[in-house]
Amino acid sequence: MIDILKRITHETLGLFGLILVTIITVCAVLANVIAPYDPIALNIVDRLQGPSASHWLGTDQLGRDLFSRVLFGGQIALKVALVSIGAALCIGVILGMLAGFGPRWLDNIIMLFFDTIRSFPTVMFALATVALVGPSLSTVIAVIIVTSIPNYGRVVRTQTLTIKSNQFVMAERVMGVSTMRILFVHILPNVIGPLIILASMDIPTVIALEAGLSFLGMGVKPPTPSWGSILNDGYTLIRNTPWPIIAGSIPLVLITLGFTFLGESLRDLIDPKLRKSL
Amino acid sequence: MLFYILKRLLLSIVIVMLAVTMLFCMIHLVPGDPARILLGPRATPELIASMSARMGLDSPFPVQILRFFGNLFTGDLGMDVITNRPVADIVFNQLPYTLWLIFSAITFAILIGISLGCYSALHRNTLVDRITGILSVACITAPAFVVALYSLLIFAVTLHWFPAVGAGEKGDFWDQVAHLVLPAFAIGLSWIGYLARLVRASMLEVMGENHIRTARAYGLPERIVVYRYALKLAVLPTVTVIGVGMGFLLSAALLTEIVFARPGIGKLIFDSITTRNYPVVMGSVLISTILFVVSTTLSDLINAWLDPRIRASL
Repeated sequence: MIDILKRITHETLGLFGLILVTIITVCAVLANVIAPYDPIALNIVDRLQGPSASHWLGTDQLGRDLFSRVLFGGQIALKVALVSIGAALCIGVILGMLAGFGPRWLDNIIMLFFDTIRSFPTVMFALATVALVGPSLSTVIAVIIVTSIPNYGRVVRTQTLTIKSNQFVMAERVMGVSTMRILFVHILPNVIGPLIILASMDIPTVIALEAGLSFLGMGVKPPTPSWGSILNDGYTLIRNTPWPIIAGSIPLVLITLGFTFLGESLRDLIDPKLRKSL
Repeated sequence: MLFYILKRLLLSIVIVMLAVTMLFCMIHLVPGDPARILLGPRATPELIASMSARMGLDSPFPVQILRFFGNLFTGDLGMDVITNRPVADIVFNQLPYTLWLIFSAITFAILIGISLGCYSALHRNTLVDRITGILSVACITAPAFVVALYSLLIFAVTLHWFPAVGAGEKGDFWDQVAHLVLPAFAIGLSWIGYLARLVRASMLEVMGENHIRTARAYGLPERIVVYRYALKLAVLPTVTVIGVGMGFLLSAALLTEIVFARPGIGKLIFDSITTRNYPVVMGSVLISTILFVVSTTLSDLINAWLDPRIRASL
């Protein structure tokens, strides 16, 4: 791990990505300490101001400090990304291994389930779900989990199928080793590398999706700050002030850029063969 | 090949039917009666019952879903309960706007993306190549709705170069084109980066192959080697990528349509969700799902036609 980190710092873009991700993560985690104002405190007198010494990114239509809102919005983005990708990864690994190692009929059912989920355009699926369940952060997380499972499940299935026919697995089976042991001791370690790369490259997509849904008012409820809801405020105020759009988009663009650069150099370091297939 | 086509088509039909069933189950498993939610808290039980009947929610679940499939095969997507118009009419009225938007976005991306990728591959490791590489990543990662917001802010609100909202006057071609420029740019930008990288990679691969060396050995001019032999092969992967990317295109179109207040499927879904008009939500999500499944199936078939190894794997 430390070795990988060392090698990333030798690559310009990887290092750049790592620095961006670290800065934004630290800012989000320490938002309570860094933020100069309460992100939901109203201050109508100072509304719609441009950047100044007291409000670094200006204020919105209710006089809330945009810099503080951006910092707290980072917490939401990172929470959604980590929770949903983590959960989708776990479920995807289990379903993928079941499909790859289990009987043919189970494989067919799981693959059909994956194909069905993938047949919905993600944002439309998310909107249909939100329309029924109502907007909330947990709905967004649930939708992202469900729509990401097939991505991981398919990779795990293919890897499991390849490893399953290897001679060492055959030998283990002949010796009477349990299926669980084969799956978790022999197959899982071989699958986990490509999965981590895939997951790190999915983080920007998930963060952008959360922002998109919050932008449509389908994610977090006001007044909770999220990058998407800040952008939505900016959209309604577009003829009055450009600052909410600038404030909401800077961290969003920087973090997606950071995670992409980081993910790509991780991929090149861990598994150069994947360069083509991803 | 025929066997593969039949198998692949059958699979697509099964997937669409499963997707419809899933949407249907979601509507019914979710707590709360859609008719009650639509009418609000002050509705009388009689009103709710009559609305349920109009939405077709009063019969048992299996009957409802069978009826829905039956109607679907005759092209009937149900009635919009608010305006009392057939859902199919409403959806097919909006669909051309979305299709035009996606088509213009992808054409624009193909033109610029492929040229950039080709140039980068031929001038490998030069400054331009490196800058294009970094810019491509930056383009890919910029979410379409953020690009849409910035282009609205810069080119419509500040500079007044392009109109900000709507799809333009019906019948006025140039007005419609002017309204199409910014949304198509917003959707196409990430594809420029994506296609540029893809074409660069496959171009480099093709240029190293034997037949290109042979063409060079024959003394053909570099221009002919590149454009007539290499590029033709190098653009093949883009076909697949665009087919599979239809889902992303539709998702990006949805957000972009909302930013530019442009008519289309995305705006229709969003508006019908805010008015809790379930039949319209259902109909439009269904049509976009079918569109997506058709384009992935097509790209799979094209791929299988080009590469016989794929046929064996289904």
